[in-house]
Amino acid sequence: MNAIYDFSILTGGIHEWLSGLMSPTAVMITEMVIIGTLLIVFVALMGLVLVLAERKVAAFFQLRLGPNRVGPWGSLQTLADFLKLLTKELITTKSADKFLYNLAPFIVMLTPFLALGVIPFAPGLQIMDMNIGVFFITAVSSMGVLGILIGGWASNNKYSLIGGMRSAAMVVSYELSVTLAIMTMVIMTESLSLSEIVASQSDGWWIIKGHIPALIAFLLYLTASTAETNRGPFDLAEAESELTAGFHTEYGGIKFAFFFLSEFVNMLVVASIATILFFGGWMPFHLPFEWAVGFNHIMDFIPGIVWGFGKVTFVIFLMMWFRWTFPRLRIDQILNLEWKYLLPMNLVNFLLMALIALSGFYL
Amino acid sequence: MQAELISKDGTQEYFVNMGPQHPSTHGVLRLVLTLDGEIIQRVEPHIGYVHRSIEKMAEFDTYKQIIHLTDRMDYLSAHMNNEAVALLVENALQIEVSDRVKVIRTIMSELTRLASHQLWWGVMGMDMGAITTFLYAFRDREMINDIMEETTGARLTMNYNTPGGVMFDLHPSFQKQVKEFIKIFKTKLPEYDELLSGNIIFTERTKGIGKLSLADAISFGVTGPSGRASGFACDVRKTNPYSAYDRVNFNEILLVEGDAYARYKARIFEMWESISIIDQLIDNIPEGAIMAPMKAIVKLPKGEFYQRVETARGELGVFVVSDGNKTPYRVKFRSPGFSNLSVLDHISRGHKIADLVAIMSTLDLVIPDIDR
Repeated sequence: MNAIYDFSILTGGIHEWLSGLMSPTAVMITEMVIIGTLLIVFVALMGLVLVLAERKVAAFFQLRLGPNRVGPWGSLQTLADFLKLLTKELITTKSADKFLYNLAPFIVMLTPFLALGVIPFAPGLQIMDMNIGVFFITAVSSMGVLGILIGGWASNNKYSLIGGMRSAAMVVSYELSVTLAIMTMVIMTESLSLSEIVASQSDGWWIIKGHIPALIAFLLYLTASTAETNRGPFDLAEAESELTAGFHTEYGGIKFAFFFLSEFVNMLVVASIATILFFGGWMPFHLPFEWAVGFNHIMDFIPGIVWGFGKVTFVIFLMMWFRWTFPRLRIDQILNLEWKYLLPMNLVNFLLMALIALSGFYL
Repeated sequence: MQAELISKDGTQEYFVNMGPQHPSTHGVLRLVLTLDGEIIQRVEPHIGYVHRSIEKMAEFDTYKQIIHLTDRMDYLSAHMNNEAVALLVENALQIEVSDRVKVIRTIMSELTRLASHQLWWGVMGMDMGAITTFLYAFRDREMINDIMEETTGARLTMNYNTPGGVMFDLHPSFQKQVKEFIKIFKTKLPEYDELLSGNIIFTERTKGIGKLSLADAISFGVTGPSGRASGFACDVRKTNPYSAYDRVNFNEILLVEGDAYARYKARIFEMWESISIIDQLIDNIPEGAIMAPMKAIVKLPKGEFYQRVETARGELGVFVVSDGNKTPYRVKFRSPGFSNLSVLDHISRGHKIADLVAIMSTLDLVIPDIDR
């Protein structure tokens, strides 16, 4: 990898400069503030981009133009919508459980923030390199459903309650598949640290090196993580045609925006994990052959941040693609799919991967 | 409302108001659901939110004016509704309309049926969570609307029929436009199958859901594609041919399963039949008068008259009691939507909320048709 694209040069420089100015404690606090601000800006920016992307992708699937009035190519549409939501009155319904009702959007929003903290987007562009990064993400991502459940319950609306309960049943089930699919890949990567997982793919991505089990694991992960983010065809927590708006029926203004935004940031998180586990994170595309040295060298010159976000965009596009194509499943079908099909497949796949790892039959 | 009962295992039944404002009731229909968790115990439809007393209003209007009210009942089969009243007056006065009018009416009816089924297909997909179908359906429906606009001047409520004939002659480019539409739609209809019928999620959602037996279909009076999906041979176009239906070859779609998927399939097959009917007629529209000689004020002889036609939703009956005046003494519409709605509670018990949406979609309810 080309060293000039390494962000640690920049971040290390800032760290040294700050260390020369103040005490280590003050440096840590300053850095936390800077990182926190940058993370909020990043999430807001990604939210704006992803919402617009979704609307544009949906439009192209549906023979429409999509937003095209505000700003060039409709680029400021999300910003305008966001400002509208921001200026709306915050209404708490009379019969709602006020504390929980107001707490739920924050819990939902907190989850992707925590998860983003350990994801390496480019060389050196990672907030915290935990040695248990994978474990941390699986632990954190199951927290989001808590917000949905609380929101559904505290709204004191029957539609919301049904939506919340559906979501709880679904996410708890699909956590298993997500985790097992991730674990299947961890057999190969031999590390729980996300940056080490990326580093292990410098000579080829796991989806290629890991043979068929890796491909199966990717498909299982994609399915299960879509369910975990409550997106179509698994969007039955919202299920507009059945439950009006499901768990966020009673939410308006910026509280609704939190639920709405969290869906997109969650999508970014799961797409990033898919990218890291299967497509080598920010690693460039390398062919594992001797004659491809020149090709591999050219690939190295594309910055890691382009590779990283390019692959994330691809996975997000996949998720949008099937959201706008498939009808919604029913709650019992969703649970059947998980417990009767995905979970057994995952377990067998896990074993297969273990056999491959033991026999050393990988590149 | 009944008192909420606590069952043996401590769970409680509860009520949910679905509608009058709800995305999948397609209008202002209010369903009071009694639920046990997600399982539906009872469905109680409350109707009347768009009641405009069309039948009462008809008592103060002349027969030519009544036609303009019928547009607003089942607005997706506006042409067929008009035709029912026009045919009733013609039969009562024993006026023979020209062959040209008969053929034009048949083609227009089938175009309307296609447009209605297209809209239904799009909305069905949307109810099942696939929003894309809606836009696909509207793309194709737009072409029919344009054809209607050229000839009749209106896109939805056409008012094209009048006792004795049709209001205007066909637009010169009518045949060319219809042929072009048929040619394009023949390639688009398989796309519908690709998007929904062949999709495993969709088939799993609809197969075996909301089963309606033949006996129930007959006793509830479920007609149209919904009834025929249960094997009830109720196509008025076959049993009592009117207009030019006796001179075209088409199959009455009869399926046996009676579930939501069969109702879905019945409509898809019916679209193919409609295409075939238009294909047979479009090249041989006979020449002739578009209007039989009629008096300015139509007075029906004293007596009772009944006329039925096949709309996109089923059998529409018009019953008129005349006392010999220029306005009817009493008018009663037997609307297909009302009878089809009555079966909803019967076939959706024991299913889930998501199934209720699928069942309602396949019954293809138009609320103004129910309320009138």
